[in-house]
Amino acid sequence: MAAFSVARRSRGLINGLKVSFRSSGQLKHGAVAAPLLQTSLHRDSRWYSAGHLSVKERIEAKRRAALAGGGQARIDAQHKRGKLTARERIDLLLDTDSFVETDMFVEHRCSDFGMEQDKNKVTHLPEVIFYFFNIIFCLCLFCFSQDFTVFGGSLSGAHAQKICKIMDQAMKVGAPVIGLNDSGGARIQEGVESLAGYADIFLRNVMASGVIPQISLIMGPCAGGAVYSPALTDFTFMVKDTSYLFITGPDVVKSVTNEDVTQEELGGAKTHTSVSGVAHHAFENDVDALLNLREFFTFLPLSNQDPAPIRECHDPSDRLVRSLETIVPLESTKAYDMLEIIKAIVDEKDFFEIMPNYAKNIVVGFARMNGRTVGIVGNQPKVASDEYVVLTPPPPFCCLDINSSVKGARFVRFCDAFNIPIITFVDVPGFLPGTAQEYGGIIRHGAKLLFAFAEATVPKITIITRKAYGGAYDVMSSKHLRGDVNYAWPTAEVAVMGAKGAVQIIFRGKDNQAEAEAEYVEKFANPFPAAVRGFVDDIIEPSTTRKLICSNLEVLARKKQVNPWKKHANIPL
Amino acid sequence: PPNIMVGETLNLVKNVLVKLMINLLICFSSQTFDKILIANRGEIACRVIKTCKKMGIQTVAVHSDVDSSAVHVKMADEAVCVGSAPTSKSYLNMDAIMDAIRVTGAQAVHPGYGFLSENKDFAKRLAAEGVTFIGPDTHAILAMGDKIESKLIAKAAKVNTIPGFDGVVKTAEEAVKIAQDIGYPVMIKASAGGGGKGMRIAWNDEETREGFRFSSQEAESSFGDDRLLIEKYIDNPRHIEIQVLADKHGNALWLNERECSIQRRNQKVVEEAPSTFLDQDTRQAMGEQAVQLAKAVQYSSAGTVEFLVDSKKNFYFLEMNTRLQVEHPITECITGLDLVEQMIRVAKGYRLQHKQEDIPINGWAIESRIYAEDPYKSFGLPSIGRLSEYQEPLNLKNVSVRVDSGIEEGSDISIYYDPMISKLVTYGATRGEALARMEDALDNYVIRGVTHNISLLREIITHPRFISGDISTNFLPEVYPDGFKGHQLEAGKRRELLASAAALYVTVQLRSQKVLSPTPVERSHWELCVQLGEGCYAVEVVKSGNVYNVEVDGGTVEVSGQWNLASPLLPLSINGTQRMLQVNANTYTHNLGFFGLGTTPSTLLFLAAQLNSYMPEKVPEDTSSILRSPMPGTVVAMSVKPGDTVAEGQEICVIEAMKMQNSLTAVKQAKVKSVQCKPGETVGEGDLLVELE
Repeated sequence: MAAFSVARRSRGLINGLKVSFRSSGQLKHGAVAAPLLQTSLHRDSRWYSAGHLSVKERIEAKRRAALAGGGQARIDAQHKRGKLTARERIDLLLDTDSFVETDMFVEHRCSDFGMEQDKNKVTHLPEVIFYFFNIIFCLCLFCFSQDFTVFGGSLSGAHAQKICKIMDQAMKVGAPVIGLNDSGGARIQEGVESLAGYADIFLRNVMASGVIPQISLIMGPCAGGAVYSPALTDFTFMVKDTSYLFITGPDVVKSVTNEDVTQEELGGAKTHTSVSGVAHHAFENDVDALLNLREFFTFLPLSNQDPAPIRECHDPSDRLVRSLETIVPLESTKAYDMLEIIKAIVDEKDFFEIMPNYAKNIVVGFARMNGRTVGIVGNQPKVASDEYVVLTPPPPFCCLDINSSVKGARFVRFCDAFNIPIITFVDVPGFLPGTAQEYGGIIRHGAKLLFAFAEATVPKITIITRKAYGGAYDVMSSKHLRGDVNYAWPTAEVAVMGAKGAVQIIFRGKDNQAEAEAEYVEKFANPFPAAVRGFVDDIIEPSTTRKLICSNLEVLARKKQVNPWKKHANIPL
Repeated sequence: PPNIMVGETLNLVKNVLVKLMINLLICFSSQTFDKILIANRGEIACRVIKTCKKMGIQTVAVHSDVDSSAVHVKMADEAVCVGSAPTSKSYLNMDAIMDAIRVTGAQAVHPGYGFLSENKDFAKRLAAEGVTFIGPDTHAILAMGDKIESKLIAKAAKVNTIPGFDGVVKTAEEAVKIAQDIGYPVMIKASAGGGGKGMRIAWNDEETREGFRFSSQEAESSFGDDRLLIEKYIDNPRHIEIQVLADKHGNALWLNERECSIQRRNQKVVEEAPSTFLDQDTRQAMGEQAVQLAKAVQYSSAGTVEFLVDSKKNFYFLEMNTRLQVEHPITECITGLDLVEQMIRVAKGYRLQHKQEDIPINGWAIESRIYAEDPYKSFGLPSIGRLSEYQEPLNLKNVSVRVDSGIEEGSDISIYYDPMISKLVTYGATRGEALARMEDALDNYVIRGVTHNISLLREIITHPRFISGDISTNFLPEVYPDGFKGHQLEAGKRRELLASAAALYVTVQLRSQKVLSPTPVERSHWELCVQLGEGCYAVEVVKSGNVYNVEVDGGTVEVSGQWNLASPLLPLSINGTQRMLQVNANTYTHNLGFFGLGTTPSTLLFLAAQLNSYMPEKVPEDTSSILRSPMPGTVVAMSVKPGDTVAEGQEICVIEAMKMQNSLTAVKQAKVKSVQCKPGETVGEGDLLVELE
């Protein structure tokens, strides 16, 4: 199988090359000279020195070697690990025959520790990564794919140089960069040159941040300093069971902290998508990951100079969503699934959730409204804060906590950087109380989400589905933070706090608590207090939500808002 | 002149008054009630409200708190909350319902079916307050509600009855003794029962003991009455029932039969009227016996006499249901009568409008009960959830499709109530026509959010045995001895499915290119691979305009359609035949409903499929050593504790769902490692119950 597919690929490439040689020849000689062309070419090749031919042969030989990567044995080993080769990955990720490869001839420059020999042994192995001008669904992007079959994908100076080169190109034209990471780490033999290479990449990651979307797909090991490149990019995706991200591996961990931990536990996809929040999504395997990445890519604009993409949409923008009329339970303490609301409202139920397993009490992700990409942020009443899951019974609501604030903030900032409108669904009873949260710095972390929403200048539409209490009400894209359109469902309750707590404070020591509570509910457990002050623009029937959002987005597409000039803001990191 | 004016005005007033009186008289001639309370929920409440509206009667709905935005509540003119979700606290809560009657001033109560429809105490309490019960008189409910007594009355009325023990069985041992006397197999059933609840068939002593235990528990929880009786079980019978309609003046009619043989666990799934099996003589004999029985108990209102009919057309009285049946619409279709209207008229004291010779059999009607249940598990284990998407086959409604439902998009199917989603009725001049419409209607029915039984229904109504009329109450276990596995696609149909999946994939891929800015180059030739179940099929697609020519599995299929990627229904023309596919999109795999089959063909580029072979297989969980709840419900009993050793087939625990008790057993001999639930706990589908070693 492996041999077959690789052979197919390379044959295609070689054919392509032949064709291009021929056609360029024709162009040079012109149509008039066509009958002479072949003979003259033949004569030329016979006439001139053998050197000319040998260069051609060397080109062919180099290309063949480059296509073969680290050789069949290593390719088989890669397959045995359940991983694809760098080229197979590119083939899957990109539209068929759409990519242009460059720097195929770059070689590493190290001759220490037998590397020179090694280079000879594998017949002047070309460098280990590729760079392409590529296309996914007819959208252009730049992409590199590290080849684990060559020196374990380790990063040499030349390797880094190639990555830097494509990043510079991407910045020049304003197109996203996708990195397929599969690298053992720095090439120790090259010493500081390899470290310098990392730093060069980091710098470019930082410079490109907010200019072009950067996506890292971790498809193998990624350890040590190397982890910071994915960490600096906008999205880090992982492949289950075959990818790892850690600063130091299990052996070092054992020797330093005496902890016994497996690679998977320390830095596997599950750890990073559910515990650490380092990665944004985990996929089943290489194929699944690459195909999903293609889908994901369609949501993104090419750069910060481009508007959010609009795809052909079959879902009527004025569709009424009747099922929403009954989704919020009558008892305000009962849970419901915010994902259901989101999926019912967006185009074709197509919602690409970011970080679905981390800080599940907030839902973020991309969807489309009438074809236009939007970012969705929603409190998830179905899930209690991560921290509280251990308690039984867990508190029924989705308070904002440290993790969900940070998750939400980063997402909002991405959307704002890339002109993606933000739609926020609010059902939040407040910030999570407790020492763990306070000691952990909920104040500065919660401030991040507040900062992100306030700073964002993209269209912001907010729907309060149920609770919007206290400071959390302000934070969740409220009118006061320059929300463009803020709606409340009839089930909305905008207040400083819930009835019970409020009454205990207002009527401390009084007897008629129950009566007071009823009065409070009557006064505050409804959308009117906010509506009469204009803090929500309208109280809407839930079934009309989609229709309204779509038409609002149409108008808001013209929105232009600029923050005061500054070098950069000082978000409370 | 002023006098003349006054005179003219008086004349005018007189004229108007006379006209008014005449109108009132006309009105009064069919005047029934001003306001009716419907003591039920769901589709039957909606059904009754519809007729009330037609008759100009005000309606009052009662509901539990969780039902406060239910369809029947929205449809009614007034609604009263009668308690919390459990039926015992709301729909069976007589005090609250009596209060609701008083508050709203309802003059009559329609009980629907189930709940209080055959509750003699309720009828008595209504009578005491002078409120009309739209149903038979208390004595008839009393007489027919008890299976033991009803059998004796039937015998006396010269109605054929089943041999059995005409008394209450007290203990399991007594049950075994009686069963041995009658001879196996025997049927153990709740004396107060109905609807298949509290009913068990036993083939030996052991099963009799177990059946006795389950039936009495179920009878207790469903009807509050654990009395049981035992009778000879007639193997392989048909279940055919006669609809009767009687007034308070001693007149009674039989409105032909309904064939209800297709059942699972003694609950009906597909019904039709008339029956393919009955000849006019048998029909008449059954009808006349049914009327004899109705007259014997001075029955009034609509009722149903159920018979078991053996292969030699011998029929035996089974029971009489003193209420409107679930499957009454098919009788309405073929007779043209509105049974609810007739019930209301009779309750008001009117004489029957029709004579026996006026009752026709016009055409053929089929009813499929659409349930929220998983047909792949014992032909249907309850499932719960929220109907995230729900679309009745509206596009077909004008061609004799009737959908009686009490839910809408967004409704919850909860563990508290019956999992029936709707009754889908199709009607035609011939049986073939009705069946063809049923097939269409099932294909066009969109239900998302809960597991449903449409795949099973579709299989039944297209099965050769069903089409030929060769059915019995054992139809399902006989046709699917190893359980229902879904439609088996033959090669041609499979090719169609693969081609559709491939064409859909290409459409989706090409649509992804249609972003505002660049004009895409459409690729017209695609090499794909469609994974369907275990098989992987190489597919070549050539697209020209909206038509896809698909080379697959040794044949060529032409697929064309309108390709609306947002619609759950995908009408395609496949090789010139119109087919309705259901689509549930999920990035690059699409869940495609084809012939009622929920398939998940996963389409990949040929290259991706090749590379997929390198992907490691994920090791599935070892299911033999864990016991998960097959359905949402309540744990009623836990028979093991950690450290116990269970034998293969030994009961581990009992889950009650939708008032059915289900015993879960060990699939292998093992030691119990841990128990993850305790009696009384509510569990969801797939929840871990017990771990074995």
